Amino acid sequence: MSGATENRIENTQLDAWLNSRLDELLPGKLQQIDASRTPSMSIIATKGTLDWAYPPFILASTAAALGWDVDIFFTFYGLLLLKKDLDAGISPLGNPAMPMKMPFGPKWFQDFDWPMPNLLMASVPGFEKVATGLMKKTFRNKGVATVEELRSLCLEADVNMIACQMTVDVFGFDAAEFIPEVTDFVGATSFLPVAQKSDVCLFI
Amino acid sequence: MTTVAEKLDTRGMSCPLPIVKTRKAINQIRAGELLEVTTTDPGSVKDMATFCEQTGNRLVASNESGNGYIFLIEKA
Repeated sequence: MSGATENRIENTQLDAWLNSRLDELLPGKLQQIDASRTPSMSIIATKGTLDWAYPPFILASTAAALGWDVDIFFTFYGLLLLKKDLDAGISPLGNPAMPMKMPFGPKWFQDFDWPMPNLLMASVPGFEKVATGLMKKTFRNKGVATVEELRSLCLEADVNMIACQMTVDVFGFDAAEFIPEVTDFVGATSFLPVAQKSDVCLFI
Repeated sequence: MTTVAEKLDTRGMSCPLPIVKTRKAINQIRAGELLEVTTTDPGSVKDMATFCEQTGNRLVASNESGNGYIFLIEKA
């Protein structure tokens, strides 16, 4: 009887001692663990136009430059960004936020935001080709890398590029149309656990 | 005084090229060696400081130079 009471007292004392030690040591330990682990980012890329091709590749190449582990899951129209022959264009039609800039002429001319009514855009043949050309030229003038360049920088930095198998089937693509660096053709089930463990997860 | 082991010119380039190219250049030099980077991207001033903080390399100097910026980074 008295032995049990003694044990209980010892246990309470031990718990109190452990608690105070943990309070002392834990913050430092956690900091140590945090500092030694590699941050990670998962991106879900869902769009295939030229303007939307930039964000995933810019963010991925930057994160890789910081030493992070990066995975990108390309699904729906995002899958087009993995094609060998990257032919992304833009359509200002139905996108009133897109500024239409001229990549040539004096500065006031280049800075001018050209009003483009939907009616005009929808009815002029070849308008999207011209708009795509103008955007590419504006980007080049401002020293922005091409999407192809950014993609190869990502691949060079070991960014994992994963293709959505379901989209490949739905759109009737052939695996041979994609760059050979595609790490895997999988479903959402395989990607979500990767996203779950990452520090940053973005849907673009 | 350590001399600059490698010079990188990213003038005229936009985000994220200066940082991505800095990373590639850092990979080419040895620990303790210095890398000099020139940029014109105004965002690179804060970006370069954060890059060094995140990667553990030391930003020895960050200055304006002409119409751009010049950085000195010591590889950790």
